[in-house]
Amino acid sequence: MAAASAHAAQSETTTGLDHRKLLMWAFLGSDCLFFGSLVSTYLLYRGKSVVGPYPYEVFNIPYTSVSAFVLLMSSLTMVLALAAIQRGDLRGLKVWLLATALLGAVFLGGQYFEFTTFVHNGLTLRSNLFGSTFFTLTGFHGLHVTVGVIILLSFFVMALRGKVKPEQHLNIELAGLYWHFVDVVWIVIFTVVYLVEAPNIV
Amino acid sequence: MITTAQQHQRAHPSPARYVAIALILSVITLVEVGVVYTDGLRSALLPILLVLSATKFAMVAMFYMHLRFDSRLFSALFVGGILLTSAILVALMSLFRVFFA
Repeated sequence: MAAASAHAAQSETTTGLDHRKLLMWAFLGSDCLFFGSLVSTYLLYRGKSVVGPYPYEVFNIPYTSVSAFVLLMSSLTMVLALAAIQRGDLRGLKVWLLATALLGAVFLGGQYFEFTTFVHNGLTLRSNLFGSTFFTLTGFHGLHVTVGVIILLSFFVMALRGKVKPEQHLNIELAGLYWHFVDVVWIVIFTVVYLVEAPNIV
Repeated sequence: MITTAQQHQRAHPSPARYVAIALILSVITLVEVGVVYTDGLRSALLPILLVLSATKFAMVAMFYMHLRFDSRLFSALFVGGILLTSAILVALMSLFRVFFA
């Protein structure tokens, strides 16, 4: 309801759509190409490393599955934050924004632990083709998550200071679009990088 | 006056529906992990994982990113990027003869 009335209040554009939202979707479409190139590179060099460590020697599927679940649940809390501000519930907005940022931070902490474990096992950016492509792909994803956490915490602090109004729900929606994108990218990475290697580990 | 944006945008789902979608996504994730540890499914593992992954991707995009309820122009921008990415991936795989190895 509030979303529809806020849309009515926005200034007319040539498309009838908010330009900021259009720009965000154009950015996400182009970011697909960025991650697509990194995933393609990973797949091209998959199984081409001449020295170890190999994926089946370092991957821990149950551990990464928990990380994937955490990021998936952060998408739920993010959309609940948007639903809260759309119905004018600023307290709910703060709670769900903080929950999303915390879940994102847990994911990043998990990735940091995973990376350091891999490095202790001898896998670095320079050790082989697997290390180079794996760390580049997952590292850039982690960078996206980090940016997302910073954005969410910024909105949380602004909300605490009373600087986020219900009629500004589009700002939260744009942050949410970025966050969900980060989640869908991980859905792809979790499958094509981790799960396809699982039979070699078991 | 009804704007084009209003005509394109339908009401978003309720919080209860968002939670229901999260439950479905969680179950799919459990199935994904279960499938990789099931010996009998190894020959069909890749297609099963791709279908499950694509289902999760589509559900998040449609319901959490609201593509199902928003303007089709947003869908075109996003799906266009995905299709272009897929085309590049297939082209690179073919160029480097990954499909024929």
